[in-house]
Amino acid sequence: MKKDYNTIDNVIRLPHKYAAGPTFTKFYNGLKEAKIYGTSCPACKKVFVPARSFCPGCLTNLEEWIEVAQEGEVVSWAYSNKEFFGMPGKPPVVIALIRLDGTDCELLHLIGGIDMDSPDTVKESIKRGTRVRAAWNDERRGHMLDIKCFEPVA
Amino acid sequence: MEKKHEYLILEDEVAIPYENAYGPTWTRFFEGMKEEKIYGTRCSKCNRVLVPARSFCPRCFVETDNWLEVSQEGAIVSWALTDYEYFGMPTKPPFIGALIKLDNTDTSFLHLIGGFDLRDFDTVRKTVKNGMKVKAVWKEEKTGHIMDIRYFEPV
Amino acid sequence: MGRPVAIIGSAQTNHGRRFDVTYPELVKEAVDAVFENTGISPDDIEGVVSGTMPSMMEGVALTHFYFADVLRSVGKPILKTETCGSTGISLAFTGYYWIASGMADLVLVVGSEKMNEGDSQATMTTVVDPFYQRYFISGAPGVFSMQCQEWSVKIGIPEEKVRAAATRLSIDHHNDAFDNPHAHIKKRLTEEEVNTARIITYPVRLWDVCPNSDGACAMIFASEKMAQKLGKKVAWVKGVGYSGEEYWFGDSEKAIWQCAIDASRQAYDMAGIKNPRKDLDVAEVYNPFTFQELLYYECFGFCNFGEACDLTLKGTFSREGELPCDPSGGTLCTNPIGATGLNRVAEAALQVTGQAGAHQIPGAKLSLAHAMGGVDQFNGVMILGSDK
Repeated sequence: MKKDYNTIDNVIRLPHKYAAGPTFTKFYNGLKEAKIYGTSCPACKKVFVPARSFCPGCLTNLEEWIEVAQEGEVVSWAYSNKEFFGMPGKPPVVIALIRLDGTDCELLHLIGGIDMDSPDTVKESIKRGTRVRAAWNDERRGHMLDIKCFEPVA
Repeated sequence: MEKKHEYLILEDEVAIPYENAYGPTWTRFFEGMKEEKIYGTRCSKCNRVLVPARSFCPRCFVETDNWLEVSQEGAIVSWALTDYEYFGMPTKPPFIGALIKLDNTDTSFLHLIGGFDLRDFDTVRKTVKNGMKVKAVWKEEKTGHIMDIRYFEPV
Repeated sequence: MGRPVAIIGSAQTNHGRRFDVTYPELVKEAVDAVFENTGISPDDIEGVVSGTMPSMMEGVALTHFYFADVLRSVGKPILKTETCGSTGISLAFTGYYWIASGMADLVLVVGSEKMNEGDSQATMTTVVDPFYQRYFISGAPGVFSMQCQEWSVKIGIPEEKVRAAATRLSIDHHNDAFDNPHAHIKKRLTEEEVNTARIITYPVRLWDVCPNSDGACAMIFASEKMAQKLGKKVAWVKGVGYSGEEYWFGDSEKAIWQCAIDASRQAYDMAGIKNPRKDLDVAEVYNPFTFQELLYYECFGFCNFGEACDLTLKGTFSREGELPCDPSGGTLCTNPIGATGLNRVAEAALQVTGQAGAHQIPGAKLSLAHAMGGVDQFNGVMILGSDK
């Protein structure tokens, strides 16, 4: 598209303080200790991770907390090589939906510990069903990225 | 109701870059600013002079392509002295934002009043009055931007 | 005009600084409470409308989607409405149109905001164009200060009188808020404190302006059939009016504020109101700034132009006066923007159904709710009555 006319550059920076609330606070504190917490619904008999304050299916308040497995299966993945402004991290990244053992929903996170040169090299290590395990950062601050990524189990 | 911060607070900043298109009308208006000219457009239907220059009259919905240079002097319609700051504020306080009716135009022009010490409120109160005549003062270096006019100062 | 529409119940969170919950959890408080208050099952709701300030406020876009679980909207049609400060009344209108059209019998309407998670004035400033006006607006206080200036000079009211009337409103409302369990700022103020408080944008001082509040309001609109089935006391929508203005600040005058005048007249015509000060029993006017409240009294025809200050000082609009305005404390004491306009409707509904508790105006049967949005750009008015 031709740019005959001027443009003005404008960056909008807005600071935010997001309240984590009781449920996320407890979940994040768990991450600090290298634990992944989920909550379990007594009615639906389902386990959700990250921990939820209520069951999205039957809307019951969830009070039963359990430490979930740190290993599971890849359900689907995507290879991203495009950078966008303010991206947390640099491409290439592989994002994946992972079903941790014993849970009833997928966890969204990153795959690592593999050759990420191209989608083809990724395909050699990761498929639907590949087992992966959480790899933790040594320094943890109570944040989703305390888990560096999930790596294929040897 | 203030509840103590018992729970975590995640601090973060959303930064989003924009490149806004000026289009033909703003482009021409700001080229005028570079030459120390303030352009308006006249509506052929209602005969009003709209400033800054518009591409169409928002009341008659006709294209306004009759461009004219308008007066750089006018009277203050209303003003507000701003003495607080929010994150990323484009103009730093203290400043006076004002609606100015430039002579022989029909819409009010929004800009700054300046040319005197704004830090003493009593001085401001004595100096600025509604209806007061003011005149544009230009910056030395102009870039084709609304702030090429430094402010409007009392005549 | 469509079918008769009733508000069968509402719920407000305790508004304030709510760092104890996430944004969806806050919304959930209001939604859960409205179902409990009305006894309606979420399954019977046929449509949901959610409203907030622009996404930059809390840094999450498409908030109606963020709230899908807590709104119980999964599997249902959902709309979002966003008209800045008037979002709350636009939400009420959307619920009203949906029922009046005959397309639904029960609609859930939810307004919410978490102002303290972002920067409100930085967000407000994104409402203004980036080429020209953004450098001068200085957020909401700047705009309303200029409007007040324009009004008082044009009508010819001496500055001291405007200041005195605004101070009276500030003291009264911050006091009234003690009788409203949901209000954010409750304070006993003296004239001196209000008159000498820190200047925000002249003439607006600290106690002339609303706080940044976190809060949510949920409300259920129903058809006549549903209202009768429930057999509870309900508030009927008697009139609605909404009007918007030209975009550029400086293109139309804001002293004799046409869109405020038009919105109120449309609502009065529909409701058959001829003399608002006499006919109305209570008014919940959107009052983020004391000065602007005075202007609204005049634009809404509660008195003639030029009379608002004198009548305020006489007490005509106080809780004991002829037309009590904002007995809840109003927006001045509580402002979670996406919810605030809806709070006005909720308060107006509580008044005509006798459920306003400590701040009930005795015998109220006809009330007005109002909200304003944008850079002095929109005004919406809704009239509620205890009779159909």
